[in-house]
Amino acid sequence: MQISFTLNGRPTTVDAEPATLVAELLRERLNLTGTHIGCDTSQCGACVVHLNGLPVKSCTLLAPALDGATLLTIEGLQGVPGSNQMHPMQEAFREHHGLQCGFCTPGMLMTAVALATEKPDLTEADVRHGLEGNICRCTGYQNIVVSVMAGAVAMNAAKGE
Amino acid sequence: MKPFAYHQPDQIPHAAKLLTSIEDSKLVAGGMTLIPTLKQRLASPPALIDLSRLGNLKGIADDGATITIGAMTPHVVVAASKLVQARIPGLAALASMIGDPAVRIRGTIGGSVANNDPAADYPAGVLGLGATIVTSTREIAADGFFRGLFETALEPGEIITAIRFPVPLKAGYAKFKAPASRYALVGVFVAKFAEGVRVAVTGAGSGVFRVPPMEEALSQNFDPSAIAAIKIDTDGLTSDIHAEADYRAHLVTVMTKRAVDAALS
Repeated sequence: MQISFTLNGRPTTVDAEPATLVAELLRERLNLTGTHIGCDTSQCGACVVHLNGLPVKSCTLLAPALDGATLLTIEGLQGVPGSNQMHPMQEAFREHHGLQCGFCTPGMLMTAVALATEKPDLTEADVRHGLEGNICRCTGYQNIVVSVMAGAVAMNAAKGE
Repeated sequence: MKPFAYHQPDQIPHAAKLLTSIEDSKLVAGGMTLIPTLKQRLASPPALIDLSRLGNLKGIADDGATITIGAMTPHVVVAASKLVQARIPGLAALASMIGDPAVRIRGTIGGSVANNDPAADYPAGVLGLGATIVTSTREIAADGFFRGLFETALEPGEIITAIRFPVPLKAGYAKFKAPASRYALVGVFVAKFAEGVRVAVTGAGSGVFRVPPMEEALSQNFDPSAIAAIKIDTDGLTSDIHAEADYRAHLVTVMTKRAVDAALS
């Protein structure tokens, strides 16, 4: 079936079987391999993308759900639009060592950006509760939480400029 | 996943017609259970009927003595609803505890109730509040709706359109979750009405069930101490790698006390 949607700001049309998962479509058809598949059972959150602005697990989303929708993947996160600059949340993860192997990082970032967008004055409890669906097997979460808090502050500051 | 045809009807009668005319076809709402099931090939329906384009199935309405939640309303909307938080805070709390944030954005109340997973949260809220399941053809009382492991009173071709909840005097939900899946190892919903108290348990057995001795004790005295000494029988309770039946039985009492505490707070 024909599926038309906006992918990272660009109008996109693909012809895909309805039984295609969005994670597969992104990685195997559209060559956007930043979205990772960790568990493939909707537990780990490495595949989180924003569907119409909301974070969802793309390994548990059928391609037809994209029709008419707006999709943002990790490749679409950026600081200044059109630049090569990192998003403030990405900067915060780098600055505060919010990753080790990096496998979970795309999903962590997408969830973190959604959290900070929804609630600009995040508390540590909000962050820990909000990251419940994202699993990291390296860091013990400590630095991820620190990074998300710092990234939220940076996003607020960037908004105020 | 095996290939399937995909239908996106925009009228309920059309959806119902597709469901009855295509043998073994399945409805898909949020897909949070169905898609993993398809991926594991535990089901391979020839067609999916997507309910997301049907009008009027999303949203929450205050009808005075009751609150009606459209079947396609996602958990995140129920959890964040000022109306539900004000009128049935225990139900908003229950919705906020389902799965994780990404699951709550996609998963729907109608999907959860129709699926009747033995460890899902909503069946406890629906049975505990004595809600009414509104379908494309009729209305079904919660007491006659849940029929054990993944079984419900829904007939072939019948589609849930809304759930209507009576507004209680007080209500609370407490769950002891399995940490990996975040399903209820045991979850208990307690609701106090003028006519008495209802206690509904999920996660402990093959389907959601009520606990009459606890309901009687709490109707006399709505306080955690009233049921502290009531133990439930382990007969029919689940034993698996997560917990033995006797532990689940113990948790029913503990979670009921916490649910009453939550209702009183």
